[in-house]
Amino acid sequence: MEGPDRERGLSRVELVLNGRPVAIAFDPAERLLDTLRGRLGLTGSKEGCGEGECGSCTIYLDGVPVNACLVPTFQVEGLRVDTIESIDPARLDPLHRSGATQCGACTPGVVMAALWIDDHREQLATHTVRELMAGNLCRCTGYDGIVDGVERLLARRRGA
Amino acid sequence: MPFCRPQSVQEACQLLAEDVRRVPIAGGTDLLVRWPQRLDAHALTYVDLSPLSELRSIAWSEDALHLGGLTTYWDVIQDRRVGEEFPLLVRAARQVGAIQIQTRGTWAGNIANASPAADGVAALLAYDGVVELSSCAGDAEVALADFYLGYKQMRRGPDQLIRAIRLPRQRRSFELFEKVGSRAAQAIAKVGVAVVRSTSGWRVVASSMGPCVCRCPQLEALLEAGTAIGRPEDLLPALRSDVSPIDDLRSTAEYREAVMARVLFFALFSGAPSPGRTLREPVGR
Repeated sequence: MEGPDRERGLSRVELVLNGRPVAIAFDPAERLLDTLRGRLGLTGSKEGCGEGECGSCTIYLDGVPVNACLVPTFQVEGLRVDTIESIDPARLDPLHRSGATQCGACTPGVVMAALWIDDHREQLATHTVRELMAGNLCRCTGYDGIVDGVERLLARRRGA
Repeated sequence: MPFCRPQSVQEACQLLAEDVRRVPIAGGTDLLVRWPQRLDAHALTYVDLSPLSELRSIAWSEDALHLGGLTTYWDVIQDRRVGEEFPLLVRAARQVGAIQIQTRGTWAGNIANASPAADGVAALLAYDGVVELSSCAGDAEVALADFYLGYKQMRRGPDQLIRAIRLPRQRRSFELFEKVGSRAAQAIAKVGVAVVRSTSGWRVVASSMGPCVCRCPQLEALLEAGTAIGRPEDLLPALRSDVSPIDDLRSTAEYREAVMARVLFFALFSGAPSPGRTLREPVGR
């Protein structure tokens, strides 16, 4: 590690962030959510509860959804991290049209969970959309708009 | 907060043996909860087990299923064979948090965190799980039934890692897992019940009903004896000798006793269908 980082008590990890290899200096006590938002300016992932219940900080770690508030940054060495910033906005149209979003606080996490279902349709053989979305709390929509948005997302590609 | 990233189980054991205040961390779903406010936890040193791929395995032997210490809930949910032969593991795993927790949380972490409400532990205990421990002093194993000594007290030394959990393959004729909480996902159990009947007899396991997840020997004896039970309340004497629930932020002792009695009654004694129950031809050897 470079001298100045060490002097400031920082550690270093290398990871693949949104498809690009990066090396990041971080405080050893940092959560991945803090590193993403505070050090890298990737503020799309939100902190709602800070205890793994609300899902607004949902990211993909090596391709599976996790809560970034429960991952210490030191654990992501060598892993793939994908955040809401990596998402192609063109994919969001079905969610926009269904009333899946109101105040927006939960939306980045909802989008990450919804698109993961879209990319892993094999899970629908054993799981419902609602079960796969159960880790994302929303206090506005009552969930019907979100589930409808996911159904539209699934219908669109099926028909395409 | 210093951390260590061992490259092998042996190195992890050495790191724990050097300083018993070091804390093993796997998925972090318990240790990182409300992290920014818990400054005392920042002062500890964490031994990161997550790079130890040798611990992330689901293996079968002739007489047992072996869950490596880093096996997650999601690993089990995705494993069709585990679902067929040990359905309560999948049923319990699907009720732990939601997918974001299931992909990180480990079965061994659920054991070591020692929550009285642990969903995973209830299923493992109903299947006669055995905790396999490693340390620099050597390997050891403790039946999960003997593992907990009281609230957050367990037969795991600070220098010991949970290397694996072993579950015997048994012929079983009854399996039940019921979790009663505020909602299906993202809730901690007010009452949890796991029941198995195998060639080894009945197992009745309760969670959120005492200082630790526990077997219920009086209820098991009642089932072994085939005692006729006409109403849920008739189960209360045996139930009260087995468990000691408390009033807390999630529920009351009285509610917990009543609910556990009703869950058991309707699943085992009333003949009514129960969604959490599997009655089937015996499997295994």
